Formats: sequence, structure tokens, C-alpha cells
Amino acid sequence: MTTKITSARPAAGPRNGSRRRPPASSATKVGRPGFAWALPAAVFFALFAIVPLIMVAVLSFMSWDGISSPEFVGTDNWSRLMDDPVMFKSIWLTLLLTVLGVAVQTPLSIVLGVWAAGNQRNRAVLSVIYFIPLLLSATAVSVLWRALLDPNFGIPAEATWLFGDGNLFGEQATAIGVLAFVSTWQFTPFHTLIYQGAARAVPQVLYQAAEIDGAGRYRQFFHITLPQLRNSMITSMILMIVGGLTTFETVLILTQGGPGTDTTISAYYMYDKAFKGFDFGTGSAIALALVVAATIISLVVVRVSGYDKMRSTMEGVS
Amino acid sequence: MRRRPNYLAGAGSLLWLFLVGLPLYVMLAATVRTRQDYAENGPVSFPDSFTLENYTSAFDSGFGQYFVNTLLVTACVIGIVLLLVPPLAYAIVRSRGRTTSAIFRLFLLGLAIPAQAVIVPMFYLISEAGLYDNLLGVILPTAAFCLPMSALILSGAMRDISPELYEAMAMDGATPRRMFFQLVLPLSRGGLSTIVVFSALQAWNGFLFPLVLTQSDSTKVVTLGLYNFQTEHGIDIPGLLGAVVLSMVPVLLVYLFARRALVQGLMGVGGK
Repeated sequence: MTTKITSARPAAGPRNGSRRRPPASSATKVGRPGFAWALPAAVFFALFAIVPLIMVAVLSFMSWDGISSPEFVGTDNWSRLMDDPVMFKSIWLTLLLTVLGVAVQTPLSIVLGVWAAGNQRNRAVLSVIYFIPLLLSATAVSVLWRALLDPNFGIPAEATWLFGDGNLFGEQATAIGVLAFVSTWQFTPFHTLIYQGAARAVPQVLYQAAEIDGAGRYRQFFHITLPQLRNSMITSMILMIVGGLTTFETVLILTQGGPGTDTTISAYYMYDKAFKGFDFGTGSAIALALVVAATIISLVVVRVSGYDKMRSTMEGVS
Repeated sequence: MRRRPNYLAGAGSLLWLFLVGLPLYVMLAATVRTRQDYAENGPVSFPDSFTLENYTSAFDSGFGQYFVNTLLVTACVIGIVLLLVPPLAYAIVRSRGRTTSAIFRLFLLGLAIPAQAVIVPMFYLISEAGLYDNLLGVILPTAAFCLPMSALILSGAMRDISPELYEAMAMDGATPRRMFFQLVLPLSRGGLSTIVVFSALQAWNGFLFPLVLTQSDSTKVVTLGLYNFQTEHGIDIPGLLGAVVLSMVPVLLVYLFARRALVQGLMGVGGK
């Protein structure tokens, strides 16, 4: 059916000279939807995401306790944050956890993804089990690990040779370790999936050529597979970074930012200031800092991944 | 070409299987044992008692209500997404206008707006609108935050529709509306099911919006129920894990029926 239509097309558009695009439909606007089709979604999204985004900037210059009306206070919130050691500590911790996450999850998910892209016999069963952490909400994952790592009734109480006194939440180093481990546990399957898809897409010809040249498995991995995964690697890492910057439930449930403020990451600090300390102005200022970080990264995403260039492939020329 | 099995990668994947499998085993085993059995024999042992009490106790502490609330939120979010995203994606793929491409850029930027960043003004807006502690106040922002990714996934699916089909319909004098209903919607069923699964997961697992925008038991959702259960009866680990298992049952069911859509949607995120 499709081929018949294709062959009918040139007869309908016998104009010469307009060859840079497929003829007929692109040249005219006939049958093309106007922007009105996109409008309802855009208005809805603007109302619940863009308007609050603008408001957070405004609120960061106001003092608001959540009950009385917000009051303009200039740069007070900002200057207070500049003098706040917890703020700097929270930025440092956020970065540390994000970098830890990327450093641990990237190699792990590449290796697992490449392995899963092959055709092992038990792959189907294994990938179902790999998948389960993905289906659990961050809340469920955090509650689960909080229970499993309970110093008195959890796994550490049984494996004292590994965990010592078992109170992993009582010290900064181990608490951060737990947070990094739990994020890894939860998100590695997702990134594995990304790499699995990408590794499947690597042209087999490359491996066959390498085989003929006598390249071993590891040379093939480093010289063919890894370079071919470059784009996925960038996308996956950016998702990890954005995810790392905005981790919240994990900290709220596992450590409540403690011991002390030793695991108080920025998103948690924002929540703590705003909704526990009723200092919504300062909370907004922290949130704005998060937005700026996330926006910079999103611009990188759009540039690097080429999402914004989709227009060029739109008519399926290739 | 027969290749030697990759023992190193195989061993690594088995280790990972253990890391994922052991916690899942402990969780499932704990939910069918008595509290005493769990405390005395430790989490990793084989259960020597069998009880369903942990599941019933979850229901006794209000999980039935939380389930109904979460279902309601999820259904409404899916409804809003299905109403708004297909026309949006259609315009993104087919429209030639500047306004549409500006809107597309807006949604791309929206991909990176974290919910935490807007939670304070959201709290303000929802309170001012009189929707605080009302499920509608959770539904609207949750749906809004599903839009960017859904638009990206669905417009990706719609790009696969061959341009010849549009041209054929255009020659028949079809309006954009007719093309949308007779061509685009039927041909993007795969993409549609992906965005349904995706938004359902988002809504079902949502935590921050309900945490900040609701208060009373009658508007509590499952994730908040878990959080509260943990802070209130933290020592009752088998009961808590029973609630965790219950919270994932619906997601598992959806997964069983929509595995393909979910996997494709998630893979689509990675780009090519």
C-alpha cells in the first residue's frame, strides 16, 4: 500500500526546482496542524511548572513563614545562605554523592549492559530480576534498605565480620556509603538497559573485521564497543547527574540528613529549611540554586544528545 | 562465529544478581514470617513460620484507603496526559510554525526542572487555589511533570509514521484533525502505551508532591503511607516490608502486561 502511494507522488507535484525538500506537503502548509494543537499542553505545563519556576526566583527575595503573606526582604536570604556553613556543606555533599554515583554506576552498567546485549541462555530470566529495583519507588527502595540495614534486626547484625558494630547510619563515611550504595542498587538496572540497547545497535561488521585482524575480546571492547557507546554514555551520565542533584526521598528516609548534618544534601536542606523550619524564602533560594544547576545540565543534554536537531530527521529522508 | 563464553562478565553479572536477589529474597521471606521468627533467626535465614498477618496489618493501618487514593491519582494523571500529549506531539512532529518549535523547546527545558525546585511556590499556589490537602492538588502538578518526557517519547513514536501517508491523506483533502484521528492516533498505539506506563509509574511512585501538598489520612497515598509506617512502627520490620511488597504489586502487574512498552520507553531515553 505504501509503495503505491509513493509512486503516485511525483505525478501530483510536477514542480521542478524545489528539490531540497521532499515535494508537495513540506512546500505547502496544507494538512499541517497549527500551534493551537500544542497550546493546551503548553498552557497546562506553564501553569504548573514554568509559573512556579518564576515564582521561586521571586520568593527567594522574600520572607515567608507559610502562613502570613510573603514580604520583600531583598537579598537577605541570599546573604544569610552565603554565611551558612551547612549550605556549603550541603553543596559539597550533593556533588560528592553525584560524583560517587556516576563513578560507580557508569562502569558497572556498561559492563552489565554489554554483557546483557550478548545472547546468553539465561538472559531473559536475569533481566527480569534486574528489572525489579526499577519498578520499586524511591520510597519503597529506601524503606526496604532502611529495614535491611537496621543495626539490631537487619543484615549487619548477622554479618558482624563485615559490618562491625553494624550502625551504618551513625557515622558520616558509612552513611554516605549507604546512600551511594542504595542509589546504585536502584538505578544501575536503568542505565544497564540504556547500554544494553546501545550495545545491541553496534554493527556486527566491526567485530567481524576485528576478529579477522586478530583482536581479542578486551581489545574489541575498548576499541569498538566503548567508542560506539559514547552517545549513550553522555546521555546516561547526564541523567545520573540530574538524578544525583535531585535525590531526596533516599536521604529523607534513610538518614534524615544525619548524623547531625553529615548527609544533608541540598535538596534535603531546602525541604528542611522550608517545610520544617517554615523559612520558605531561604528554601526558595536553595531551590533556585538547584534549578540553575539543572538548567545548565539540561542545555548540555539538548546540545550533546542532539534532541533539538530532530527537525532535520523529521521527514525521514535517510 | 562461535565465541568463547565471557567468564569475567558472567561472574560479574552473577554477583549483581546476588546483590539484587538477596534483598528481594529477604523482603519476600520476611513478609510471611512472624515478627518473633524474624527477630530471633535473623533476616537471611529460611522462615520457620508462615503467616499472612503482615499483609493484613498493613491494611489495618490504612493501606486500603491509600491504595484507593493512589489509584485515583494515577488514573487522573493518565487521563490528563492522554488528553494533552497526543495533540502536542502531533504538532511537534508535523507543524512547521515557529510557535510550535518554541513550545517544543519549552518542554525540552522542562525535562530538567526537578520537582524539588518548584515545591515551595507549588505549595503557595495550591494553598491559594484552595486545593491543599485535596487529591486534585496532587494530581495537577504530578501530571504537569509527566508532560515533558511523555511528549518526547510520543513525538519520537510519531516521527516513525511515513510522510507518504500524510501526503496521501492530504491529497484526499483530509484536514489535520482527520489525519490526527484516522492516521496518527491508530499508528502511534505503541507510543501511547509507553506514555501511559511511564505516567502511571510516575504517579504511582510520586512522593514529594503528596508529602508537601497533603496532610490528612483521607488524602494519603501509598508512598506516604510507607513513609509514615516506617516512622511510626519502625521496629515492625516484617509488617513494614509487607507494606513495601503490597505497594509494588500493582506496578508488577502493569509490568507483566506492558513489559514491551516499558522497556521501549526506557530505552528511548538513552537516545541512539
